[in-house]
Amino acid sequence: MDSGFTFDWGAAFGSLPYLIKGIPYTLLISFGGLAIGFVIGIIFGLLSINKNRLLRWPATAYIEVFRGTPILVQVLFIFYGLPDIVGGPINALTAGIAAIALNSGAYISEVVRGGVQSIDSGQSEAGLSLGLTRNQTFWSIIWPQALRRMIPPLGNQAIVSIKDTSLFSVIGVGELVRQGQVYIATTFTAFEVYFMVALLYLAITLTLSLLLRIVERRGIAST
Amino acid sequence: MQHIVDMTNLDKYFGDLHVLQDINLSVSPGEVVVVIGASGSGKSTLIRCVNGLEEFESGSLVVDGHELAPKGANQQNLQNIRKEVGMVFQQFNLFPHLSVKDNVMLAPMKVRGASRSEAADSAMKLLDRVGIANQADKSPKQLSGGQQQRVAIARALAMEPRLMLFDEPTSALDPEMIGEVLDVMRELAKEGMTMMVVTHEMGFAREVADRVIYIHGGRIVEEGKPADVFDHPQNERTQSFLSRVLKH
Repeated sequence: MDSGFTFDWGAAFGSLPYLIKGIPYTLLISFGGLAIGFVIGIIFGLLSINKNRLLRWPATAYIEVFRGTPILVQVLFIFYGLPDIVGGPINALTAGIAAIALNSGAYISEVVRGGVQSIDSGQSEAGLSLGLTRNQTFWSIIWPQALRRMIPPLGNQAIVSIKDTSLFSVIGVGELVRQGQVYIATTFTAFEVYFMVALLYLAITLTLSLLLRIVERRGIAST
Repeated sequence: MQHIVDMTNLDKYFGDLHVLQDINLSVSPGEVVVVIGASGSGKSTLIRCVNGLEEFESGSLVVDGHELAPKGANQQNLQNIRKEVGMVFQQFNLFPHLSVKDNVMLAPMKVRGASRSEAADSAMKLLDRVGIANQADKSPKQLSGGQQQRVAIARALAMEPRLMLFDEPTSALDPEMIGEVLDVMRELAKEGMTMMVVTHEMGFAREVADRVIYIHGGRIVEEGKPADVFDHPQNERTQSFLSRVLKH
């Protein structure tokens, strides 16, 4: 049966200026959150392999909780739940960045742990035998090598987090999906607009993939 | 003369396994001690105790005047000992993210506080000494195994150690590269470096060692001048070990 549907290019391109306004928010939440998530990931990833159980246990608990619950629930919890405790509303943008930071931080902790543990123990033995302290051995020998190995999984996480920000339309941040929804509410051109929304996500993630591939190649070339 | 290494009644366990049993061993300045034995006999563990890469359960260990305490105690001398003791590993363990030259410069700069130019000067001298000066700016993995091991020796020497430990330095090398590494070690011994060497190279042991120690089952079973140990082993375990390794 013919549904009588034809793709309305006018509607698709007409929505673009409106959708593009969402991109800065998408990028700000993604990369703001990822930057904080990276710091969290380094700290908690390293704590999770610490010999001291009192340091290791809380880090592991954090990682398990934030990997084991949906990011949608996390952001709803932060945006709607936390104000009851902190006694005031939480800005939607802040809630979004915090959710990406905490969620990606948990995954990045595991990336950091894996990266550090993948370095042969002979490397740290060589550093220690030369008289370097444990800290010097870690930061000048283990970490640079681990970081290089962490680039592919970090890129992966960045792409996942960028896509995760689409869920934050539920708390009303004017990111890409939210912009699309608002636009559709007046034009009823869901197919065309979501098609364009998807294309814009793809443009962002493909650009990132390309950049990461260049970084990775440079990294390998300099080893 | 004060010993550089003094091990007294040293015992070490891996879980229930008693890997070093009542080891008594002293090394004098300038002495070359070669440790031989079957794999799993504890010979690598023995020299790894000297710079604290392995902890021991009981006994005493003094290295260059610094006492290293048994497991569990506060190891405040560890750093001081490691500054004075160089180590060369079976798998080279060069730092792959640094150039050959930077591998040699790292410890003098980080540990001794040498300036970049001082460290670079002495790195080039050392690389020249081991015959790798023309490869200084390359990445370690562009070098052959024998060249990598010579860089590892230069890296250890950069700290101007009082004692050098060699843990099977030629065991991971292709046969044609063993000679170039042994040559550097022979040269080092000639210059008076105190050395503890774990090796399967019996020819090198016979030629360079002042003393050969045979370890079996975590115990020192026999020790003496190479000619005595190799030609007239007293212990039957030493006899059977040597007959197996010297036959081919």
